[in-house]
Amino acid sequence: MLAYITRRILYAIPILLGVNLITFVLFFVVNSPDDMARMHLGEKRVTPEAVQQWKVEHGYDKPLLFNDDEVGLGVVTETIFYQNSEKLFTFEFGLSDAGRDIAQDIGERMWPSLAIALPTFIIGLLVNITFALLVAFFRGSYLDVSAVVLCVVLMSISGLFYIIGGQWLVGKMLHLVPISGYETGSDAFKFIILPVIIGVIGGIGSGTRWYRTIFLEEINRDYVRTARSKGLGENVVLFKHVLKNAMIPILTGAVVVLPLLFMGSLIVESFFGIPGLGSYTIDAINSQDFAIVRSMVFLGSVLYIIGLTLTDISYTLVDPRIRLG
Amino acid sequence: MDKVKRHSSVIWLGGVALLVLLAYVSAMLTADAKPVVLWTDALVYLLLLAITGFVLYARGREHYRDPWRQVLRSRLGMASLVILLAYVLVGLLDSVHFRLPAQAQEQSQEQHYSADVLSVLDLVLGPMREQEEKTYSAPFATHLYAKETVEGEDGQKMRVYPRLQFGGAHLQNPDEDWAEDIGSLGMQGALWGIGCWLLLVSLVVVRLSQLWQKSFSAALKDVVFGKSDVAWHVIFLTMGILFVLIAMIAVYAPKYHVLGTDKVGQDVLYQAIKSIRTGLVIGTLTTLIMLPFAVMLGIMAGYFKGWVDDVIQYLYTTLNSIPGVLLIAAAVLMMQVYMSNHPELFETETHRADLRLFFLCVILGITSWTGLARLLRGEALKLREMEFVQAAEAFGVSKFKIIQRHIQPNVMHLVLIAVVLDFSGLVLAEAVLSYVGVGVDPSMHSWGNLINGARLEMAREPIVWWSLLAAFIFMFVLVLAANLFSDAVRDAFDPRIRKQ
Repeated sequence: MLAYITRRILYAIPILLGVNLITFVLFFVVNSPDDMARMHLGEKRVTPEAVQQWKVEHGYDKPLLFNDDEVGLGVVTETIFYQNSEKLFTFEFGLSDAGRDIAQDIGERMWPSLAIALPTFIIGLLVNITFALLVAFFRGSYLDVSAVVLCVVLMSISGLFYIIGGQWLVGKMLHLVPISGYETGSDAFKFIILPVIIGVIGGIGSGTRWYRTIFLEEINRDYVRTARSKGLGENVVLFKHVLKNAMIPILTGAVVVLPLLFMGSLIVESFFGIPGLGSYTIDAINSQDFAIVRSMVFLGSVLYIIGLTLTDISYTLVDPRIRLG
Repeated sequence: MDKVKRHSSVIWLGGVALLVLLAYVSAMLTADAKPVVLWTDALVYLLLLAITGFVLYARGREHYRDPWRQVLRSRLGMASLVILLAYVLVGLLDSVHFRLPAQAQEQSQEQHYSADVLSVLDLVLGPMREQEEKTYSAPFATHLYAKETVEGEDGQKMRVYPRLQFGGAHLQNPDEDWAEDIGSLGMQGALWGIGCWLLLVSLVVVRLSQLWQKSFSAALKDVVFGKSDVAWHVIFLTMGILFVLIAMIAVYAPKYHVLGTDKVGQDVLYQAIKSIRTGLVIGTLTTLIMLPFAVMLGIMAGYFKGWVDDVIQYLYTTLNSIPGVLLIAAAVLMMQVYMSNHPELFETETHRADLRLFFLCVILGITSWTGLARLLRGEALKLREMEFVQAAEAFGVSKFKIIQRHIQPNVMHLVLIAVVLDFSGLVLAEAVLSYVGVGVDPSMHSWGNLINGARLEMAREPIVWWSLLAAFIFMFVLVLAANLFSDAVRDAFDPRIRKQ
């Protein structure tokens, strides 16, 4: 097991390097540091000296990929690419282009994101599995058919409409909770509840349909037929045998997204004005803050790779037939 | 019977193509316009060619025809196909662009063209495009949404809701005549729709009765009770609803704004219809762009194994591990800056917006090919161990030929299912991306932009809801139809589901 995890970590390094290279090409080759400096300084104050000073302040004054003035290793290390990547790999995110400490910002903004994403995820999972079990119980009947059609209908509505509709209905019509905003501590609850409910409802369509397919696949297995032929009731078969076995694909599917919950949701957070990582990213995109976007891309990739590794490990935990070699 | 059917499908395709061509040529001739082929237009034509090619290819092969027959039998599948085709027709009409000559300046010899790039659809929707009001007005309204100060006849200033310039302008006394006028126009439209529909239905049934060698009434009976190989009754029902709706809109459009007007007074229905092309282009061109890479790389990884597999796996794991929205956002941002730095590359505003749409498709394609490639890799890994592939290898058939003849045809059903399944997701993604600000150009009509513009108006009192409603209806119908159709296609083509 330990050897496996070590290998996965080693395997992650070239992938993160690739990610880093892609973002670097996107941000530095398409737009030169001079362009960025001009944009951040504004139209009026652009002088060659000011541009140069901005570049020095932000560490963008070196050549992009290769430094011809240096000798030996310096050809590679004395460049923007190397200097920036080296810091990212040690999780030193440094200062944003606007001068704030990125690591501290991420640490602060992570919690509101989690406060929304985690309940949405857990409640959504429970609700979807319950509905899917119900539908699978009545499979083949009109209830099943109409439930599937309803799922497709729910899936066909854009997530934006769930948010807009929910905000309008609960916030403006019923005046139950504030439409947007956030506070820390116990007051956070009234700001969290609406995004969570909307997130859960928005996911019901695709979630229920997906879990229903998983259950139906399990129901056609041999062991279910055996259980039935032993004379077990449909309830016992469904809840004891099928549910337990179906938990394998469900759990492993859930594990892969677990780390990414830290990143928050771009859309939900910006609609509800929640100061999480999602809205942080959107703000950075809009203000073209390269340092933040690059840190977030890196963080997201790391979390994704952690998720993949956790998935593989969780397979062995819930399904003893699988061994990691 | 099959032969006749085969011919009839060719005739249908040819007929539609001829119709579009005719409309185009007549428009060119009457207006002395200059044809414009945008990037996405060219790709749409290419896509049409590819689909025609696929239809011709699949027609002679039983393993494609049988599943398609199942799709044709499925009622939900056919209903959604009719709706999808209606959308596609609008999208195609909107993909034939030209520029009208500008108001001629006498001195210059050279012919100048207006900066507005129009499409055939714009001509069809004529009144909707041209009749602009001052600002917001509700659906079917005769008065503006907001009060204005107007000077009365006696010179006194009053705060009133001014009449609209076009909406209900033909009414002398809107307060009394309005309801009656709406009702009678609606009846008129419905009757037109039903009339055209009856004509079409009877023509098709006559043709069917010839094919089936039955009397007209017997054929009609079969159609009504759904006793044919194709779910004709559902097709006709859906078409009936569409015909009535379109006819009603056609009757209302010159006199009212059916879905109101937006902030600058533009007809919302017109915007929603124009957005169809954007949605379709993103849903289809993205797939067209990514498909060759996904198929080629996926099969290669699975078939060759070894270092080829390692490289390709590395490639898609890397791309996959970047959060999708962030990669798209970063790429679009960079492209935006590049475009604003190089304004000389674009002839008109439309060209620029179009190129941005094209790039968006490319970027979405780059982020979305990984799933299909992984699926195909797994399938190719399985197929390469099959007896027929082993036999081909033993006979010394070249690797390229094996992929082309033995592997690729056996994964095409997966490709087809993936293409159809991806479509609705991409249409929905466009709206979200436009909201984040990294979607299509703000000057381009799209549902995302429509929602984005309307979202800020939710705070107004009374609420401006019609833009949202329009975007909701058009998107929902398209995505629902696409989802239902993709279910029908998957049920027909997925061997695992077919067996059950």
